[in-house]
This record gives sequence, structure tokens and C-alpha cells, in this order.
Amino acid sequence: MGVAETGRVLASGEVSSVELSKHLLARLHRHAELGALLACDEEETLRQAAAADARRHAGDKGPLLGLPIAHKDIFVTRALPTTAGSKMLEGYRSPFDATVVERLAAAGAVTLGKLNCDEFAMGSGSENSAFRPVLNPWDRSRVPGGSSGGSAAAVAARLVPAATGTDTGGSIRQPASFTGITGIKPTYGVCSRYGMVAFASSLDQAGPLARSAEDCALLLGAMGGFDARDATSAERPPEDYARALRAPRAGAAPGRPLGGLRIGLPKEFFPAALGSDVANAVRGALAELERLGAALVDVNLPRTELSIPVYYIIAPAEASSNLSRFDGVRYGHRAARYDDLLDMYKKSRSEGFGAEVKRRIMIGTYVLSHGYYDAYYLQAQKLRRMIADDFQACFRTCDLIAGPVAPSVAWKLGAQSEDPVASYLADIFTLPASLAGLPGMSVPAGFGEGDLPVGLQLIADYFQEATLLHAAHALQQATDWHLRTPSGC
Amino acid sequence: MPLTLPDVHAIAHLARLELDAEESHALLQQLNEFFAIVERMSTVDTAGIEPLYTPLSAVRDVRLRLREDVVTEKDRREENLRNAPAVDAGLFLVPKVIE
Repeated sequence: MGVAETGRVLASGEVSSVELSKHLLARLHRHAELGALLACDEEETLRQAAAADARRHAGDKGPLLGLPIAHKDIFVTRALPTTAGSKMLEGYRSPFDATVVERLAAAGAVTLGKLNCDEFAMGSGSENSAFRPVLNPWDRSRVPGGSSGGSAAAVAARLVPAATGTDTGGSIRQPASFTGITGIKPTYGVCSRYGMVAFASSLDQAGPLARSAEDCALLLGAMGGFDARDATSAERPPEDYARALRAPRAGAAPGRPLGGLRIGLPKEFFPAALGSDVANAVRGALAELERLGAALVDVNLPRTELSIPVYYIIAPAEASSNLSRFDGVRYGHRAARYDDLLDMYKKSRSEGFGAEVKRRIMIGTYVLSHGYYDAYYLQAQKLRRMIADDFQACFRTCDLIAGPVAPSVAWKLGAQSEDPVASYLADIFTLPASLAGLPGMSVPAGFGEGDLPVGLQLIADYFQEATLLHAAHALQQATDWHLRTPSGC
Repeated sequence: MPLTLPDVHAIAHLARLELDAEESHALLQQLNEFFAIVERMSTVDTAGIEPLYTPLSAVRDVRLRLREDVVTEKDRREENLRNAPAVDAGLFLVPKVIE
């Protein structure tokens, strides 16, 4: 059962939140081999579920009341430990809940546990978790994508109806694509970053991973909205995305719910090197959107390739600054043996951080250092504006932009470990929207090589999440790719 | 100009990281491979382009929001100390700094 269906079943009284939560906890434990779950507390979950059931008895309603979900372990929680997938934070207990966690709880959602991810959300395969890699439920010899790989695997394996994730350079969209589920990264500023362990503050955004656009709409409505505790939170009234999903478009006609919708296809998103399996799946989904009334138009994003160096300068620069807080003093790992304060910093950080995190701290420290700032960081920020302007030029002739999420289907576990820098290149299609701060989605678009899922990426202009979700919902009303489930789950 | 091993050691010191010989060599190679990709950036003329530090300023004026200078947090001293590796008498402990 997805989010919407669970809501209906709970409302009907057929099953209670306590019963459903028990059932799902058992499933999570039964599929522990996937490596999706990092922490849970049955007593706490059942306490929350009982409270939700009591609220319902008292006449409370709401689509998320009693809905069991799980959080990426990058959101801090009072009730459960938070590690961000790092040894650095092993055993850390937050004194407060992240805003996203708090808001979902206020809407009645019940926390089943915390989900595995790449260390500090740095990675595209969830193999950078300090605890264990996450397996793709479609093929356990492959990665589920990352960094929100635990969230994606748990939703794809139907262990949870939905999960939270975060996306800095593609960390919601790419794992959603690799596991055949639906995920949305909203506009920068829609979801509060308060209580999200910081990676790159000008890029980090939270969003839901679920089975359908409708489920994502229900969750995003509860997760988003202005929060004074996040200095970059967008000051906008809350939006009812689920209602927008059902509202007919101005240009709609019978059988053509997407009438009048212009979808731009950047030729840079369909390079010759794109896997033919991915290209075919994406073109199949685009043909379906066309049948539903959308018009496909050609657009250009000429700096798509440049978004790789631009992102991999800006994100590590911000990460090196954010991660300087891990000094072994107030929280986090402290080395057992050291000579003095400086040695304690160095040993604690070197023992606590994994290889990819160290690599990015090194890149970030270098590009921010005296004499290199202008050539790297400043130049990257200027190019970032050019990339954002390119999108604005596209949105003069189209309402949405579409393309693949990733150049290939999920790769084999370990395949990228030989050449970590080369793996950055696979982020090419998700980075541009991240740098511009635009909302982006991954929607299941069929299957590629090895019968592995392929995601269609849809990108909209700032704060046009409703347009994104509406188009994705229309596609899912007409297709069944999002309903396919991996065998053995 | 490619980075050298002494560069890697200098960056590691700035980043407060201690790298063993194997890590240093691997990082030297990876960083140089990375900066070869980055060099493409320098070929673009960005004269007159304003840097985009926060994404929404691409389309609108983003002003830093200030709040009243008042206490908004609850006193969570005990909870905040709970995660520290070493505390004493309600204080975080660090190795001796001043001789």
C-alpha cells in the first residue's frame, strides 16, 4: 500500500496504525539483508502509532494520520540516533527533531526507523555508508543509487509506504530512478533545512520518495512550507499539492489531460553516449506524455557538461566549511590517543570520516584557499548563474524540461570504487537543476538493461512543483511502470 | 600545474586531516584527475557575470532575513552535553591549550 491507499485504509478503520506499524517493522527486519535500515525502536514506533490511533478516535483526520514512514538518517531525530551514515556520528542523539520530521509527525506520520545513506550524503551508490552498502531490491548485486539509497530501496521493496530523502546533486532523483519509484526534489527553500545534517547548504533540499506522484504530493504538502529557523527558507504560503494534482489544466480536453503543456527536450540531455536502453525508455515515456496532450519542443542547456566541474567545486567547498564543525569536542568521534589539541582534531577527523568525505573536504579546502578562490570557487559561482539563466531561457518556450535522470541503469556494487572521480560524471543530468535550485522529479519510465528500472526526469521552473506533480500523475494514470515491484519482496 | 605531494600535505593540514602515505598518494592522483576536469571551467568567459551564491537570486532579490536578537532556544544544557566525548562540571573538555 502506498501513502494515499494507506490513508484510506486507516480512515476506514479496517486496520489500525499500531497493526500496520507492527507489520511493516516485521517486514523491515525480514529484509534486513538489503541494508536499508540503520536504526529502529519498536516501542517508540508503537507509542507514536497508538497516539495516532487515539487522535483518530478523537475525531482527527488528515491523509497522513497514522501513516508509517521512515527517515533518511540525515534528518536529526530525538527518539532515534542520527549518524548521517558516518562513524563520526555513531551513537549521536539529537536534542531536537528536524523541521521535516517535526512536521510529518504533526501530520500524524509514524516513524518506523532511520534509513541508510552515503556518508554525509556524499555519493551516488550508497556504498559510502560507513556501516554497510545498501542493495538494490531489483538486483541485489547492484547499487540502489544514492545518496538516499536506503530510502529508495525500502520504498521499492515495499518495506515502507514512503520515506524522506535529501537531494544536493541528485540524491533523491537518481536513487528513485535506479529503484523504479517516484521522488521529488522541490525548489530550494521549499523544505526547511533545519535539522538536516549539512552537506552543501546552497544546494541541500529535502523531499519525499514514494510509489507515485500522488503519494509524493501528499508528503511534500506536509514537509514543506516556511520555517523561520532556516535562513534560506522561502517565505510562501503552504501549498496543497494533492489538490493541484486533481485540478484540470486550462488546456485539457477529454483524453488529453496534458493539453497545452509544453515539454522542452534539451539536446544536451540526449548525447550520443547515452545508453540506448535508457534513451528508449525515456523516449517511450515522452511518447506517452505526447499522447496525453503535451507538446514536445526542442530547447538548449548548453552548459550541461560544465555543471559537473561547477558542482564539484561548489559542493565540496561548502562541505569543507560545514564539516569543520566535527572537531571531536561537542559531539562526534574523538580519537583515543593524541598529543595536543591540533593532533586531537586531526586524528579525530581522520578516524571519523571515510574516504569520499575526506576527498571532498580536500577539494573544498583547496579551492577556498588563498590564491585559488577566484579561479575556482568564484568562477564556479559565475558559471552557476549562467546555468540558471540557461534554464530561464528554456522556460520562455516550455513549461517543463524532460530527459533521463542518469546515463545508465543501476551499476554493479563496487564498479565505481576503482575510479571515484570518474563516477562524478554520471551525475551530469541531475546537477544542472540542483545548481539552479529548480524542482526536479524522477518518474518510473520502464526498464532498461537487465530489466532494471529507468527514470524520466522532469524539471520545472521555481515553485512549479504542482505542474511537475500534475504531469507525473497524469502519466501514472495512463501507465503502470510505477506499479511494478521487484520479485522476492 | 598539477598538485604535488607537499601540496596534498599542506591542504590536509588546512583541513585538519592526517593522511597516511597510501592515502596521500591516492589523493594526489585523484585530485589531479579531478582538476583536469575542472580546467574546462577556465575556458569560459565570465566577465561581467555576477556570482550566484544562493539559487533563488537567479530570479529575484534575496535579502538576508534578520530576526530579533532575543533568546529563542530552550536551555538544553544537559542534552547538549550528552553527546560530547568529554565533559566536566557542565563544560566541554579539550586538551590543555595554554602552558
